[in-house]
Amino acid sequence: MIVQTLLTLMAVVVLALVVQRNLFSVVVLAGIYSFLMATVLVALDAVDVAMTEASVGAGISTVLLLGALYLCGGEEAKPLTRPWLPLVVTLVIVGALVYGTLGLPAFSDPQAPIHTHVVPRYLSGALAETGVPNVVTAVLASYRGYDTLGETVVVFTAGIGVIALLRRARRAKGEGA
Amino acid sequence: MAQLAGHYTYWVTVLLMAAGLYILIARGNLVKKLIGLSVFQTSVYLLYIAPGKLIGGTAPIVDAAFQVYSNPLPHVLILTAIVVGIATLALGLALVVRIREAYGSIEEDEIIAADARDGDRE
Amino acid sequence: MKREPVLRVVGKLLIPYMLMFALYVQFHGDFGPGGGFQAGVVTAAAVIFYALIFGLPAARRVVPEALVETLVALGALVYMSVGFAGLLLGGNYLDYFVLAHDTVHGQERGIFWVEIGVLITVSGVMLKIFYMFAGRRREG
Repeated sequence: MIVQTLLTLMAVVVLALVVQRNLFSVVVLAGIYSFLMATVLVALDAVDVAMTEASVGAGISTVLLLGALYLCGGEEAKPLTRPWLPLVVTLVIVGALVYGTLGLPAFSDPQAPIHTHVVPRYLSGALAETGVPNVVTAVLASYRGYDTLGETVVVFTAGIGVIALLRRARRAKGEGA
Repeated sequence: MAQLAGHYTYWVTVLLMAAGLYILIARGNLVKKLIGLSVFQTSVYLLYIAPGKLIGGTAPIVDAAFQVYSNPLPHVLILTAIVVGIATLALGLALVVRIREAYGSIEEDEIIAADARDGDRE
Repeated sequence: MKREPVLRVVGKLLIPYMLMFALYVQFHGDFGPGGGFQAGVVTAAAVIFYALIFGLPAARRVVPEALVETLVALGALVYMSVGFAGLLLGGNYLDYFVLAHDTVHGQERGIFWVEIGVLITVSGVMLKIFYMFAGRRREG
């Protein structure tokens, strides 16, 4: 019940985000959306993910967007032509996806394939094999350690990329970037 | 009817995905496009985590007092996805800042027009 | 903003607790929600909070650019070194069970060092990106 209420709130916030043209309001609405998402994730028992989404989505992301807005200017221009083609494409995709969700197993079905294949082995073996009660940390750092190595390298690459893009060359100002 | 109530979660996820996609393809402002991309990514996180929830279960931290746990594997996948999403956003915003300094505007139409004008001159 | 007494006092009270909370999230991530990523972001947020209130030059004095750039690379290096330690001690790359006298203790040690590597890189990168965006002067 609480999940459905929060999801309805999120849908309202996103629809407001689509029509708003002042970019500062859009950034604030995106922060609200992230916080609502973090609450929904806690209601869905995804506590690690909720902490990450709250800190990254509502914290760092908002700071970066506001920094970029300061450097770029804050109003979105009115579109010259009515965007009919994107709207039609979006509605077709929505139709296809809703048709697809009709084939999904019912919400919270313990016999769904997602709960019966690999997960019982992780849930029963994680504490005994790694000594760590938090199964998500055990899987992230031990069973799937390679993926986390790749993720750390991706974060590192993003940092390097931003440094390469935004570094000021040590030349006279008039020579251009 | 109970099945429809259960599927409501998936339908709202599809709506959020559609809104993010619409912002991405229909709006011309580059910063707003990036925000639309981040909304789209967040709705995908929801799509992955919602089927893993078991009503009556608890967070997947093993403890003697609980027997039923929600599925931990989507959580692992989505943790990585969130961090990669913020990396993409940071790089995208750095590119937008450079585009603003090179063209003087972050509206897609104005940038394409400026390119067409100056492209003929080169 | 550093002239506002409320912001200054609240900032000075909160920042040590934010850093302590980041360390708590990092080390308690084995027993509750948390881990390297969340702790890294909270650490970066504490320093960004300091920079927002007291100004970017003050933050650059406390956490210099060279240190942040070192942290960015150091975390990935620590992670890869854990992998190589596994190789040198007789197992495959990123094998944890060879790192200690006992399989379970080896896993715990491996997970500990790997999460530290993630913390260092994530906090360094988030802080460096903030420094780059905030330190750029607006043109035109």
